[in-house]
Order: sequence, then structure tokens, then C-alpha cells
Amino acid sequence: MLTLVTFLPLVAALVILLLGRRDEGGTARLVALATSLLTFLISLIIYAGFDPGKANFQFVQEVSWIPSFGINYRMGVDGISLPFVLLTALLTPICILASWQTIQKRVYEYMIAFLTLESFVIGVFCALDFVLFYVLWEAMLIPMFLIIGVWGGPRRVYAALKFFLYTLAGSVLMLIAILALAWQGGTFSIPELMALPLSFNFQVWVFLAFFVSFAVKVPMWPVHTWLPDAHVEAPTAGSVILAGILLKMGAYGFLRFSLPMLPDASHFFAPFIYGLSLVAIVYTALVALVQTDLKKLIAYSSVSHMGFVTIGLFTFNQQGIEGGILQMVNHGIVSGALFLLVGVVYDRLHTRDIVKFGGLALRMPVYATFFMIFTMASVGLPGTNGFVGEFLILLGAYQSSKWVAVVATTGVVLGAAYMLWMYKRVVFGVIRNPEVEHLSDLSPREVALFVPLLLLVFWIGFYPVPFMDLFHVSVQHLLVQTDVNKMAMMATAVLP
Amino acid sequence: MSVLMPDVNLSLLLPEIVIAVVAMAMLLMAAWAGDQGNRSMVAVVAVSAVILAGGMTLLKGGTAAAVTTFSGLFVSDRLSSFLKILMCVATVLPLLLSWDYLKRHRLDEGEYFVLTLCALLGGMVIASSGDFIVLYLGIELMSLSVYVLAAYRRDDPASNEAGLKYFILGSMASGLMLYGISLIYGTTGSTLFSHVHHALAEGHGVGPALHAGVILVLAGLSFKIAAAPFHMWAPDVYQGAPVSVTAFMASMPKIAGFAAFYRVLIDAFAPLHHQWGPVLQLIAIVSMVVGALAAIAQSDLKRMLAYSSVGHVGYALVGFVAGTPLGYQSVLVYLSIYLFMSAGAFAVILVLDHAGIGEKIDDYRGLAQKKPSLAFLMALFMFSMAGIPPLAGFIGKLQVFMAAVQADLISLAIVGVLTSAVGAFYYLRIVKLIYFDAATDELTAPIAGMSRLVLLVAAVVVLVWGVFPSSLIHWAESSLKI
Repeated sequence: MLTLVTFLPLVAALVILLLGRRDEGGTARLVALATSLLTFLISLIIYAGFDPGKANFQFVQEVSWIPSFGINYRMGVDGISLPFVLLTALLTPICILASWQTIQKRVYEYMIAFLTLESFVIGVFCALDFVLFYVLWEAMLIPMFLIIGVWGGPRRVYAALKFFLYTLAGSVLMLIAILALAWQGGTFSIPELMALPLSFNFQVWVFLAFFVSFAVKVPMWPVHTWLPDAHVEAPTAGSVILAGILLKMGAYGFLRFSLPMLPDASHFFAPFIYGLSLVAIVYTALVALVQTDLKKLIAYSSVSHMGFVTIGLFTFNQQGIEGGILQMVNHGIVSGALFLLVGVVYDRLHTRDIVKFGGLALRMPVYATFFMIFTMASVGLPGTNGFVGEFLILLGAYQSSKWVAVVATTGVVLGAAYMLWMYKRVVFGVIRNPEVEHLSDLSPREVALFVPLLLLVFWIGFYPVPFMDLFHVSVQHLLVQTDVNKMAMMATAVLP
Repeated sequence: MSVLMPDVNLSLLLPEIVIAVVAMAMLLMAAWAGDQGNRSMVAVVAVSAVILAGGMTLLKGGTAAAVTTFSGLFVSDRLSSFLKILMCVATVLPLLLSWDYLKRHRLDEGEYFVLTLCALLGGMVIASSGDFIVLYLGIELMSLSVYVLAAYRRDDPASNEAGLKYFILGSMASGLMLYGISLIYGTTGSTLFSHVHHALAEGHGVGPALHAGVILVLAGLSFKIAAAPFHMWAPDVYQGAPVSVTAFMASMPKIAGFAAFYRVLIDAFAPLHHQWGPVLQLIAIVSMVVGALAAIAQSDLKRMLAYSSVGHVGYALVGFVAGTPLGYQSVLVYLSIYLFMSAGAFAVILVLDHAGIGEKIDDYRGLAQKKPSLAFLMALFMFSMAGIPPLAGFIGKLQVFMAAVQADLISLAIVGVLTSAVGAFYYLRIVKLIYFDAATDELTAPIAGMSRLVLLVAAVVVLVWGVFPSSLIHWAESSLKI
């Protein structure tokens, strides 16, 4: 089942490749959309068959891959990874639909790149073998590199190279850490390594190596600088995937590996993570305040929001971690929607300069409404999903450290400031730019992009229980794992 | 009555004999053949001979325990078979590729093929050498053939310069090595690998002179595989030599050089691992760093690939530094993979040569618009060389680093991954030119059937070994089991 959901898009990409370049890319578009919808459907079937009452990995598949090294093809999901699989499967069809008209150049290659990307990203969330995980984690760079570099904006080459090299430089150290871990544990199996006793020193080194890799991906301050460039230059759908899913991979890494495998080091480094996250929250919020480019503003807001997530994960309590996971999902939905909204006006006006807008509400009322809802969700207005996530994180943070919670809350205030101010300048006011006069409102295709996201915003906002139930037990299990003192285990293991 | 029977078992040498006989016969054929038709014949014979020799090696397979003949001078085991098969493949692929190129540039005289076969013969002798003198003979036979090949375009000053440079520096390295061998002979009393091994294990003759000898031999061999800091010749020679020769030079002699490392390090110097380990470690680190940094500034693709090969040699050497079975095995895997990546990249260069371009990096600007499939393949080879999964290049690096971590050489592994991240930049630059930049002019370069075949084989291997490497790894593993 997981193999199907992971590799179906890849197979479709091959089909498009074999079909060859016929018509203007219409066939490629249709195949891609159909496949991604089918993938989403399969992910829903997995969701239906998933038992949230169990903390262990489900739908596990294991096939020998490189027997000489004990590397297996191991797949499985638990309550922590399943939400991201669902999120990826949901956002991809939306992205493909969003690129329906904007991508006119090399449609055929674009769809191949996108489906390959989906395949690898879902695989990252399902992989239970470290080598498989690493292979997919790195492999995903190739399609994303091409998406930014080929279909991006004017500075796409710079942005694509920066994105690739930053991420690669971050993750190669992880490879060494993985090899060292596997050498200690004698296996590449992630579930088995979670139970491996490790000395504190060893944990610290592995943690740092993982940290570099995941922090670049999240991205945490000060290694976030690739993100604004990549976001601004990427095509709309590329930004959506980048913000919606790729950023989650870093936080997922902390959640899946750092916390359960290296609990002592994680506790040790928690204040350090708090510090960096707080800087990210406050500093990037201030930076977002002065942006004149819409996409850049949302990109910086992503860094700020991801700061909340990392705080939540390192609170080591139920509320904080659940809030962190929920906030990741929320951020995927909301920032994805915001990038799509920017894309809508960019398609019409070919500018993202905030000054060039103003008065959009007069010409595009439907657009303005959608924009407002997602802005509010981003700000964290009660009733939207953003509120639930941020509230839980702050609750968790308060239990862990009052000061962290207090400083983080200023980020919420600043977030409201830059988002609302941006909204005011773009949507309200009088029309100054004559081109705005001739704008048409959302087309049915565009409305179709936003409706599912909108439903989720309110659903999670008003009744988050079904979503939280999905990972509740897994988080409880994770907390048990993080409470284990692996050094003590080591000490007892040494005794005869 | 005891008659001293000479220890001769010619059946072990069959593949070598085939190559030697065919090479000599071809020399005569080439002398008689004047017209074009017979020239193609020579090429066909050459390729078939190499395939035959490779096939014989494959069928013979080699025994687990080493079988020796000529009183231990010639060794045949699974390791030598593995290396010989690699060398045969590394000879056939460039030969197939150069077919078209040689005809176009009127280089397809028989001597070209004879020299290629002689180089291969030298390489095969290296892989089976059981004695320093035999090793030296193999190295010289191979090197001299390649020197001449590098200078094969008589009318081209760059080619002449390349050949001369290669010859002078190469002779110097051979001299160093020969001096090292004499020191080893002087201190241990033998040139036979097994005797040297025995003497070293017993601690005979271990002293400054022996260490100097070991280091001189290592330096000479490092020159042959172009490991930094003995790589200075590589960029100039790669650039100046005809492309078809560069394609050959980038893989076959390198594999032969590594074969020499295997023979010398395992069969002779194994007891001194703690001595040569750090030396090789230094060479590996310098190679990885030079390979990563120097390639960035190149504007000539052949020069860039020269530096990139320095880097690859550095990664492969990490396996030797580890000195464990996994380490030795990882070198075999790395070489097998490198061979196909390199053949693929040179195949693209040779295809573009048809349009008179391909050697400058700028020639690749906008290739994706002009030749989408060729562009895709080039990008594939570049990503693979950069070590990005799921391509084969990653598997090679993974295993090398695995061996390093297992041997507790974490810092070496860290240098390795960092340089590979830096090195990714220049491979990406090619991909960037191919895909991101706009094409400036039209391109008409038909892809010859042979090049198509090589491109296909290389691409399939790079993909399949990237995703399903276990058969390769298993083969390498069993080649080293004693």
C-alpha cells in the first residue's frame, strides 16, 4: 500500500516520459493530475485503514535491498508520519492544477519533475530504513532544483544553486551520522535504532550532525537565507510544495530521529533550539514587516512560523509536540494557500510588489475573501486552524519555560502586524495602479484550488479532534521514548 | 632423479595471450591494410579480441585461493579476474565510442588499436602480478602505450605537448617507483610479493630504507592514478589528448593503477598497514580537496573532468586507507561505477564533437532545448558523479564512507562528504548550463549507432546500480573472499 502511494507518481512520470512529447503538453497535464488525484485517494484509503490507537508502525513492508549491509527496503507509517503523507498527497494535485495555465514552457518535463518530487517526498515520510530515507531525502533535491531553475523567476539560477548546495552541504553530515549510528547499532532499521542505548558523547555528535541537516531544511535561523531566494524565484507551485512540504521534512527529522534516538542530547540542546527558534520568530517577523515583495514576505513568515514548530517539538510535553505537528500541517495548508493567492495576482499583473497593488477588493471580491480567511489563519485567529496550533505550542512552552512562551508570544503579535498590514495595502484602499482596474476575479479552476484548503482551515479550527487523534497515541509513545535515559541504559548494558 | 620442472601453467594466461597475439597480428594487418574497408576490419578485430579476453576471464572466474604460475610471478584469483573484466569493459566502451571520431579525424590507423590493446595487456599483467618486476613491466607496457596514444594527433601541437608531458612526468614516476622497488629488494631480499609480505610480517628489514621504498612505490603508483599531489599532469594531458584517448585514459589506466595498489598493498605491504595507511590518508584527503576546488575554475570540460577524476580517485583511496575487507571491496565497487559514469560523460562529449563542439563547458549552454535526450543523459551522469542518490555514484560514495566510519576514520569521512558537497557545485554548473540557460545556436550532431549503444549502456548501469546495487556489491564481496 505504501509502496503504491509512494511510487505511483514515479511510474506516472515514466509513463509521461514514454508517451513522449505530443501536443502542447495537454496529455502530460491530464496524466499528472489524474495520477496525483489517485495518489490522494490511495492515501485516504491508507488513512481509513490506519489504527490511530496503536503507536507502532503500520502498513509495514520489508524487502531485502542490499543484503550485504543489512540495508532493507522498509516502509511504514505511524501517527507522526501519516499526516505528512496525507498533506503531500493533498497539495500535489492542487499544485498541478495551479500550474495548469501558468506553466506553458516545457510542460512535459515540468510534470515529470513534479510527480518525481511527490514520489520521493512521500517516500521520505514512509521510509523506515536509514539508507532508504537518505536516498529519498537527497534524491528529492534533483526535481526541486530543476523546478526552481527551469521554471523560476529572473534570479532562478542563483536561487536553485543556493537551494541545492545549502541542503546538500547540510545533509552530507547526516550521512556520516547515519553510518556511525548504524555501525553502533548493527542495523539501518529506524525502529530498531530508536531503542539503541548510546553514550552521551556519541549522542551529542550525532545530534549536531542531524541538527545541521534538519536546521537547513526547516529552516532555522541563521541558515534560513536560502529560503527567501528559493521561494521568490520558484514558480507558484514550487513555492507551495517548498513551503507546504519540504520545510516539514526538517521538522519531521527532529521528530522522527533526534527526539527518540538521541533523547539525552535532545534535552541537552533544547535551550539552544529554543534560543535559535526565538530569534527566528522575532527577527524574521521583523524582517517580514519591511518586505516589499509579497512572496518574500510570506517566505519570511514561514521561517517565523517554523520557529514556533521547533519550540513546540522541543518542549517534551504532549501539548507542545502535538501543537508542533498540528502547526506543521496548518502551515502547510495556509502558506500553501497564501503562495497560491500570490500566484493568482502575479499571473494577472506580473508583479509581486506590494506597492503596485491596492484596492483589489473592489475588482476581485471573491479573491479578497479567500485572501482574508487565509491571512487570518496565518495570524492565528480563533476559529481558524492557526489558532489551535499556536495555542497548543504556547501552552506547552509555558510549562517548559515561561520566558520562552512570553518571547514567542511577541511573535504572534508581530505576525498579526505584518500580515494585516500587508493585507491592508494589497486588498483595501483605492486603486492606484491602472492595471488593477481591469482585473478579473477568480476563475472556477482557481476557486477549486482554494476550497479544499479553506474547508481544512475551518475544520481544524473548530474541531481539531479527528486530526489530533491521528497522532495522539504516537506522540505519547514518543514522549515515553524521550524520557528514556539512554545513558543509563548504556550503563546497565555494560554490567554483566 | 629430480628434474626441475618449470612451473608454467599457460592456461592461466589465456586472456593475456589472446590480447598479445591479436595485437601483434593487427600490427601486420594494419601494415597491409591501406583502404578504408580493411581499417574497419582492424577495429572490429580489436573490439572482438577485447570482448573475447573479457569473456574468457569471466568464464574462468578465478578460484577463491590464488593460483600462481611462473614460480609465483603471475597470480590468478577472483580479484584479478574482477579487475581484468573491468579493464576490458573500460577498453571496449571507449573503443566503440571512438569509432566514429577516429574516422572523422583520420586517426583510424591500425596502430591506434594496437596501442590500445597493448595498454590493456599491460593493465592485465598488473592485475595478475605477483612480483615487483612483473608489476613494473605491466606498468611500463601500459604507460608507454598510453603516452603514444596521447600524442596520437601528430598534426596537433596540443596533442604532442600532452604526450610529451605525460611521457616525461610518467618516466620520472616510473623511476621513483623503480628506486623504491630496489630499496625494498635490498631490505627484504626479494621482489616476490609473497616473500616481501613474509619478511615484513616477521619484521625483517623494517627500517628507514624500507619505509622510503614503500613511500616511493606509493608515490609512483599515485602518479599513475593521478592522485594529488601527483596529479599535475592530468589536466594538461586530458585536455591535449584526442577525446577518444582521454575517454580511454580516464578509466582503463586508472583501474590498472588501482589493481597495482591492490597487489602491492594487500599482497606485499599488508603487515605495514599502520605505516602506509596515514600516507594514503593524506593522499586521499589532498586528492578529494584538490578535486573539489580546482575543478570549479575550469572552463574546459576535459580539464574539469580531469580534476573531477582526481577527486574520484581520492574517494576510492579512502577504501584502501580503511584497510578492511569492506574497504577493499568498496574500491572495487567505486571503480566499477566510475567506469560507466566516465564512459557516459565522454560519450556525450564525443557526440558533440561531431558538430565541432563539446570540449568547452560553454558548449553545453541550452543543450536541453537542442537535444533533450542527450541533455537528460548528461545531467544523469553529472548528478551521478556528484553522488546524488538514487544514482550509482551515490552507492560508490556510500560504501566508501561506510568503510571509513567502520574503521573509525570519522574525520576522513567528514572531509569526504564535505568535499563531495563542494564538488557538487561544478557538476551542477553543467546541469545549470544544460537546462537553465537558453540555447544560442542550432546544433546538428547525429548520434552514431555505437555512441547510442554506449550511452544507453552507461545510463542503464548508472540507474540500475543506483537503485539495485546488491548484485554488484555481492560480486565485489565474493571477489575478495579468500
